[in-house]
Amino acid sequence: MANPWVAFLLVPLIKIVVILLAVILIAAYMSFFERKILAYMQIRIGPNRVGPRGWLQPIADALKLLVKEDIVPARAEKFVYFLGPVLVVAPALLVFSVIPFGPAFKLFGYEVTPYLTDVNIGILFILGVSSVGVYGVILGGWASNNKFSMMGGLRSAAQLVSYEVPMGLSVVTVLLMANSLSLVKIVEAQKQAGVWYFIPGIVAFFIYFVCGVAETNRNPFDLPEAESELVAGFHTEYSGMKFAFYFLAEYANMVVVSSIATVLFLGGWLPPFPNWLAAVWALPALAWIPPIAWFVLKMAAFLFVYIWFRGTFPRYRFDQLMDLGWKVFIPVSLVNLMAVGLGVLLIGGK
Amino acid sequence: MTWFLVHFAEIVFYSLAAVALAGAVGVIAFRSPVHAALSLLGTFLAVAGVFVLMQAEFLAAVQVLVYAGGVMVLFLFVIMLVKARDIPDEPQYVRRLVPAAVGLGALLAALVGVGIWAASGGLPADGAALRMVAGAPLGNTEAVGWSLYRDYLLPFEVVSIVLLVAMIGAIVMGRKESGRGGAA
Repeated sequence: MANPWVAFLLVPLIKIVVILLAVILIAAYMSFFERKILAYMQIRIGPNRVGPRGWLQPIADALKLLVKEDIVPARAEKFVYFLGPVLVVAPALLVFSVIPFGPAFKLFGYEVTPYLTDVNIGILFILGVSSVGVYGVILGGWASNNKFSMMGGLRSAAQLVSYEVPMGLSVVTVLLMANSLSLVKIVEAQKQAGVWYFIPGIVAFFIYFVCGVAETNRNPFDLPEAESELVAGFHTEYSGMKFAFYFLAEYANMVVVSSIATVLFLGGWLPPFPNWLAAVWALPALAWIPPIAWFVLKMAAFLFVYIWFRGTFPRYRFDQLMDLGWKVFIPVSLVNLMAVGLGVLLIGGK
Repeated sequence: MTWFLVHFAEIVFYSLAAVALAGAVGVIAFRSPVHAALSLLGTFLAVAGVFVLMQAEFLAAVQVLVYAGGVMVLFLFVIMLVKARDIPDEPQYVRRLVPAAVGLGALLAALVGVGIWAASGGLPADGAALRMVAGAPLGNTEAVGWSLYRDYLLPFEVVSIVLLVAMIGAIVMGRKESGRGGAA
């Protein structure tokens, strides 16, 4: 690849297109699986009219949202109202540029990496970029000039800022163990250690995922869009494509949280017990499984848990939500961080 | 093509600098507090881009995480909660501020000028100092960690205590009076 245009423009462009398409498809089909799984949990059938067993439902939904009228409230702040969905979707998609879906492999003699880039501050990049997403919610709620939207936006901002702290602290425990900020190196460190980090970091794992659910505004932390109190919360006034953007961002963020949980705590693309069972994974019957399949499997498990939560838990009250974040998760994750730090000092990292 | 590649860094730098300056002007030019806050957000993000250009990627990430993701969100939160109206056009009020603004601006310009004059020739052009650890180029994260927790450990801890005091002060002021005699 001597030609710089190929190395610096063409290859990344192809990767960007593939990753974007995959993420958008996964997000669309998440809505389908959510409806289906919830339906089975409630002994219903769920969507089954569009296509065989309802499998084309997300396509129909997307087409409908594309051609729907885009209504802008008369007294809305026009520019900020437009900016809201953009600011929420762009960070959600940008994060996927550093998520490692698998290790480098050879294709037609070239080494290909199934991720866009591996930056040495990967996890900080993800935390930073996704923290910008809150602007989309708070600005959209404000610009709609509607009290319900406004309340939803404010609730969301308070919730996101509160739960970012324990989430960051639980990520730090992984950094202590892996000794790196790069997501690829974190997975490789788990291979070296021979153990996925959720075993030594079980407390951090739990806190990370619960905070991830809160950060994505999902049940039981879906107060910003609590239907019984706030109509639809921050996106009450949004319709058509702009509503679809909020929707896409919510599901893309669920995929982000699941992917990061997979990378940090479940060994990314590694098979279970990569070292102890190395002989088993090398068997011809199992060796054909591509690493990326393990990644997708683990990520899908997290996404299923999201839907399971929604089918199981009632919604928190807002003061309960704040108490849980500030009085339980932050102290617990601080103590856990010190405990893990001590353990790394005594036993040695990696 | 080659011209583009050679001057790529300059092109990116001047674009980011233009965005940062435009955002800074917007902060004082916009009448709506929300728009002013958004311009400041643009400035923060552009400055993070400049950090990346200096290969200080840790600083860039922290800049976005702390300033864009934390501080500005709280600003917006407060602006929206107190329902700040657009700043009214009050000539007398503005006129009284003119001497102070000119004085402060002149002082700032002098400080920046002296800083540039003192540093010219002494500053490395590519920001290599931002990734040096004990004379070896390791990386920006390591360099920041090294200087915070080794070279400047005592000042760092002192700053933490000052912040802790401020935090406790805020909690004490925010707490409802729980007097023994009932209603406060």
